[in-house]
Amino acid sequence: MRQNMPKQNPEIRRRNFAEVAEGFTIKQAKLEAERCLKCKKPRCVQGCPVEVNIPGFISLLAAEQPGAALAKIKEKNNLPAICGRVCPQENQCEKECVLGRKGDPIAIGALERFCADWGRTQQTNEQSHPDLSTTMGKVAIVGSGPAGLTAAADLALMGYKVTLFESLHAPGGVLRYGIPEFRLPKAIVDYEIGNLANLGVEIKNNFLIGQTLTIDELFTQGYQAVFIGTGAGLPYFLRIPGENLSGVYSANEFLTRVNLMKAYRFPEYDTPIRIGKRVAVVGAGNVAMDSARTALRLGAEEVSIVYRRSREEMPARLEEIENAEEEGVKLRLLTNPIEILGDESGEVKAMVCQKMSLGEPDASGRRRPIPIPDSEITLSVETVVVAVGQGPNPILLRGTKGLKLNKRGYIEVDPETMMTNIPGVFAGGDIVTGAATVIAAMGAGKRAARAIESYLTQEK
Amino acid sequence: MKIIEKKEIAPEIVKFLVSAPLIAKKAEPGHFIILRHKEKGERIPLTIADFDREKGTITLVCQGIGKSTVEINRMEKGDSFLDLLGPLGTPYPINKVGTVACVAGGLGVAPLYPKAKALHEAGNRVISLIGAQRKEMLIMTEEITAVSDQVSYSTDDGSFGHKGFVTDLLRELLSEEKVDEIVAVGPVPMMAATVKVAKEFNVPIVVSLNALMIDGTGMCGGCRVTVDGETKFCCVDGPAFDGALVDFDEILNRQKYYRDMEKEAFHRCRLEDAGK
Repeated sequence: MRQNMPKQNPEIRRRNFAEVAEGFTIKQAKLEAERCLKCKKPRCVQGCPVEVNIPGFISLLAAEQPGAALAKIKEKNNLPAICGRVCPQENQCEKECVLGRKGDPIAIGALERFCADWGRTQQTNEQSHPDLSTTMGKVAIVGSGPAGLTAAADLALMGYKVTLFESLHAPGGVLRYGIPEFRLPKAIVDYEIGNLANLGVEIKNNFLIGQTLTIDELFTQGYQAVFIGTGAGLPYFLRIPGENLSGVYSANEFLTRVNLMKAYRFPEYDTPIRIGKRVAVVGAGNVAMDSARTALRLGAEEVSIVYRRSREEMPARLEEIENAEEEGVKLRLLTNPIEILGDESGEVKAMVCQKMSLGEPDASGRRRPIPIPDSEITLSVETVVVAVGQGPNPILLRGTKGLKLNKRGYIEVDPETMMTNIPGVFAGGDIVTGAATVIAAMGAGKRAARAIESYLTQEK
Repeated sequence: MKIIEKKEIAPEIVKFLVSAPLIAKKAEPGHFIILRHKEKGERIPLTIADFDREKGTITLVCQGIGKSTVEINRMEKGDSFLDLLGPLGTPYPINKVGTVACVAGGLGVAPLYPKAKALHEAGNRVISLIGAQRKEMLIMTEEITAVSDQVSYSTDDGSFGHKGFVTDLLRELLSEEKVDEIVAVGPVPMMAATVKVAKEFNVPIVVSLNALMIDGTGMCGGCRVTVDGETKFCCVDGPAFDGALVDFDEILNRQKYYRDMEKEAFHRCRLEDAGK
């Protein structure tokens, strides 16, 4: 039987920022690993965007060699403690697992996490510093989120001298500012990014490419290739009246205040956040779940997800929806905000919504929500968090003359070479595809590293 | 990021000369930076009040009004800021238009100065109107004088120049001569009042907004302002906007949203200091 990962009790965890899922015990890890059928043609590997040798590491774990198992994972994935926690395995490796046809698939994510966490407690730096005297060339990576981190690690292992440019004061992108502590402890992000430094990757924080330096200038500084992995960081809003009232946050702002700036520890940390008794989070993706659960932990009494479609269409991982509901987050489905109302000092006091029904499928393949006439309801809330997606940040794109974008404003790349229309400039992750997952961005970073290597070796 | 010079230019207002070669090289009038002075500090946006591309320095002026800014102002020559990011924002468009009235209130002189300087260099007749609460709060008067064809001052208490508001000076100027453009920087109520006067005389006005923000790169959207009915991000689209189209009431409300929490934090930090 599939092992269940122990979790903090919902009644307790809804008020603290400690990690919710506590990880397998060594006994659980062994029992779970022993369930693997070690398929000759493992379908799980095909389901993994970074092609981890899943049966390989699982059999090493079953043989009680967690160190060797971790090394096997790290052949393909430099961020296993992160991926083990935030990858949607149910849609990837675990979805393909043969055991899943009749019963429960192997808990691949939990096992990956176990190996990574085990490795961290051993405090050994299993990866050695590459010999920089034989450096193959210099590559600049713009953005230190999952795509950039993965491309950096792979290129460093290939022997390139890599510099990672990050605009915030700490690297990690969405891993740093977006995903909350209770789902991805920042100590783990620090540790896994720290391993990159051991590979010789130089990280330059507080560096906004497009403003501090342009891509052209990176080339004049001797970089031979540039990878753009700046993500989808521009928050979308609802474009409804009252959206600029005080107390309306984009999920980006709400989560950045809490995760990056540690506003949940105000006044020990100087950055504040204000949370109402009643909070509405608009949207139903993972970012919305993170925001709703963060709101509870900041002390909100009543937190609801407001979503215009039904439960079936909610884009968040099932596990995250379950976690949120267990903690007391209410789902207000088929409900669409149409106006936010403020008090005399311009602070949110209520949100007016319209009830919806579902019609025929739209372009996204999901059933289109249709307003029900005369169905307005008014929710009394003091805080609204808007989590309806993100678009491409314009700064780098504006500052890079001639860079070709697609109709939606994302960077256009050759799907084979991942190169943009500017020679030597590559791009991958959300800035190419639009907002997706951590692991999809990592897969793109991995492919880009190979593409850059092939470009640079052909050039010589 | 190292502080090369530090000078208290008015009570609680400190001018820093900071070594930042890359930022200085790219700086244009209207640009700002974000700095963090320590691990637990806020990200504080400050206008680049001046820059020297050759020496690789930028000038920052900080008013100690909250916990982080007061601590920043206690930093000394030789200290380094923990983080410094920039240049941020869209540069202020410098054109030769004729006569420009440069209007500043309080700390607004610091962000106004690089614009006045560039406008002056571009061949405009620059008339600067500077207001402050009282004489000792007037800052950068020498610098402003050097780049202006004419300067007038006002103080709320009459301790220097005209007794009253800087808008009085503007109204007087606009009734006397033709002004082609107005640039105004200062506290939100002062900018709103200046826009009102500009509208009376039908003169175009640009204001530089200082909305609350976190990242300064278009990521958080905390600095959104309504301009001509549309939401704009102060950090990326601004900080300069057509003053006639800005919703100032909204900015005022958004700016005071954290005031009570900030007061509390500031009070606590004073108590801690007193305990030391």
